[in-house]
Amino acid sequence: MANTDNCIVVLQLTGGNDYLNTTIPYNNPLYKDNRPAVGIPDNNIIHLDATYGIPEYIAPMKKFWDAGQMAICHGVGWKESPRSHFRAMDIWHTCEPIKVGTEGWLGRVAREFDPNKENVVQVVSMGPSLPRALVCPGVPVACVAGPLERYGFLPQVQGNERAHVLDRFAKMYSPAIGAGPVMDYLSETAIDSLKGEDIIKVAPQKYSSTVQYPNTPIARKLKGIAQTHIAEIGSRIFYCDHSTFDTHAGEAPAHNALWSAVSQGVDAFFADLREHNKSQNVIMLLFSEFGRRVHDNGSGTDHGAGGVAFVLGDKVKGGHYGEMPSLEAGKLVQGDLDPNMDFRSVYSTILDKWLGLNPAPIVNGTFEQPAFLN
Amino acid sequence: MAYQDDIALMAHLMRRAGFGARRDELEARVAKGYDAAVEELLHPETQPATDEYALLRYQPAALLPGGQPPMGNVNWLYHLVNTKRPLEEKMALFWHHVFATGNSKVDNYDQLLEQIQLFREHGMGNYRELLSIVSKNPTMIFWLDNQQNHGTAVNENWGRELLELFSLGAGNYTEVDVRECSRAFTGWTFETKIPRLPYGRFPWKFEYRPEDHDDGEKVFLGHKGHFNGEDILDIIVQQPACGKFICRHLYNFFVADEPQVPAWPIEAPRNPKAIDEMVEVFRDSKFDMRAVLRHMFNADWFKNARFQHVKSPAEVVVGTLRFVGGSEVPRPGYGELSMNTAYMGQDLLNPPSVEGWHTGKEWINSGSLMARINFMAEQIGNTSALGVRGIIDRLRVKGSLSPEQLVDGCLDLLGPVEVSADTKAQLLSQANEWGQISWSNGSSAASDQHVGQMLQLIVATREYQFA
Repeated sequence: MANTDNCIVVLQLTGGNDYLNTTIPYNNPLYKDNRPAVGIPDNNIIHLDATYGIPEYIAPMKKFWDAGQMAICHGVGWKESPRSHFRAMDIWHTCEPIKVGTEGWLGRVAREFDPNKENVVQVVSMGPSLPRALVCPGVPVACVAGPLERYGFLPQVQGNERAHVLDRFAKMYSPAIGAGPVMDYLSETAIDSLKGEDIIKVAPQKYSSTVQYPNTPIARKLKGIAQTHIAEIGSRIFYCDHSTFDTHAGEAPAHNALWSAVSQGVDAFFADLREHNKSQNVIMLLFSEFGRRVHDNGSGTDHGAGGVAFVLGDKVKGGHYGEMPSLEAGKLVQGDLDPNMDFRSVYSTILDKWLGLNPAPIVNGTFEQPAFLN
Repeated sequence: MAYQDDIALMAHLMRRAGFGARRDELEARVAKGYDAAVEELLHPETQPATDEYALLRYQPAALLPGGQPPMGNVNWLYHLVNTKRPLEEKMALFWHHVFATGNSKVDNYDQLLEQIQLFREHGMGNYRELLSIVSKNPTMIFWLDNQQNHGTAVNENWGRELLELFSLGAGNYTEVDVRECSRAFTGWTFETKIPRLPYGRFPWKFEYRPEDHDDGEKVFLGHKGHFNGEDILDIIVQQPACGKFICRHLYNFFVADEPQVPAWPIEAPRNPKAIDEMVEVFRDSKFDMRAVLRHMFNADWFKNARFQHVKSPAEVVVGTLRFVGGSEVPRPGYGELSMNTAYMGQDLLNPPSVEGWHTGKEWINSGSLMARINFMAEQIGNTSALGVRGIIDRLRVKGSLSPEQLVDGCLDLLGPVEVSADTKAQLLSQANEWGQISWSNGSSAASDQHVGQMLQLIVATREYQFA
């Protein structure tokens, strides 16, 4: 099933999404016992099946579930998971739980796809910073912070002069031998962006749609991704994030607002792709750096370990993968769910079955593959 | 040392300890000497504070901006552009990087600006006191949920980040320490907010509630006792890890780019000797930031670390605006101007998370590089702006300039900027297209324009992205 035009969209839930309030084990008395303050009341839970439910504010995701297009990966994380946002996110990005990794897993994917860097818009990240998951020496990433139309160097120079000035600019950034790694990185970034700007800018010009996206930051990012994908300019790896899921306090309203924005944005995104008949070759991975503590703290939840990841798409085999780690006090690790599915397992399935790559060198090891893709 | 070397060193000091300086200012400072410049920077009280009258007149909403961007950004940008105490403002920015607190959650720029004011007042003082002040800062308490940290229900957010991000760094404490630290700060809260409407916002105020404090025994970093928050801070600052962590932050911010903070437990500093020296001063001075800064600015490893630091978006925007001139008065349009750091990846008063921003090379990606180059080129190309006029006036006294003179003159007066031979060749090739330029026979306007264009090319170079 791994076709050469298959694409992946990653939506990062930054800050540590509360697994138990996203995929609720509503029959489990330990859930209610542990969540006196932030537990989702029974009448606000939409049942997925006889065991799990989702809060009402994630209702748009139920459509994916009903259509068999949503895989829920349970207990995701790794042993010895740190409770630090910083470090945990780094590990998700680089697949290096022991040392500090310099290459992102998707950066490696991009290098595999295009070792000669023929396509400078293969990787598109929506947002002002470059996630480490995409970082890999020699791999160009188009980071789009604002509207796609405004992507480009020196917009004030127009007319005949423009080509000349951009040519001069390119020459100034042509790699100098021995100038140092940061200088080289600047050169690469500038030259690749210069090549990519004309390609990316045209995406919104070609685009029209009846789908109305909500007016939220995540929906704007997803719309940019849809526009780029629909324009068929060869982009295959897309990245965006929404934050902050770090709900230590006031969790109930915050989690509601966060997931309302995410689930409505995701719903509009796939509707848009379907309207353009461009959904078949897209899957979306939603993950967070860790789950949250089992017992609430009276207003929210502190940093935890095991979490949940979702994979969505027309070709995804919906269902539960793995099982929720035990909520029993004796089975918890420092009060947290003990991760029972390594996050690199989720990556491995995607790499092997969807992107057609050998997962081992990318995720630094061999991991069992949950079968959410054929 | 030759005069030009003095100018180059002073330019380096001002880029790092401030936001750069025009040639007139560099010359005046060189006349007084490097030591005098350092002491003046270290003693901001010798210079006038920024007058907020212009804000009141042009942007009254920026004085108490509430939760809406960009009025909070307008307020800080105004201070950054106008300050006569550059190091005071730079230290406020430094502590904002460390104690990163954001409007995304606080939803109250009044309080965020008050926190920045605390950094201005105490940023060069005693670190132990600063920790105490920050621990009692309602904005920080709310940001890290300590108002929800109760004797009966511990919330670990503040306790964890105090250890991981504000003092020791990961790997220097256990999960038990996090728990015990958090217990010690139970009852540290702030007065309940009066509902926003119809009364507007009221300033937040620290409050200690003994009845909500867990006074039980705690075991923290090997010490045992009925600790309260201040006891915890006393233990923290005595840890060798604390000095190392804070000094490495200073080194990364002021001297040369270090790897990202999560790598610190694993990767050694690029100059361990420099860190050791700073740690020693930090310890011997009982955590006096001014003493550490003085040692740093006078050290050879600081003076020699030219252009080893990728400018942060704040340094790009503020440095450019202060150099070019014309943005001192917060006229209409200041709101959009103040958002430029955000377009480059640094939304001031609203960091992406409690971990603050990744710095150095990580400021650069395709979109942020476009944003910074486009911004600088637009500003520096304005040949009627005061700072650009200053360059033109110094060049035009020569009457006419060869291509080499134009390139060298612009590189010198914009920094001095050091560029590679290849970059220089490109600049020269452009200047050669214009040939000899002169300010006689009605060619003034065209020559002004060429200077502006040369400056635009220089700010677009790779080399110019470093400070």
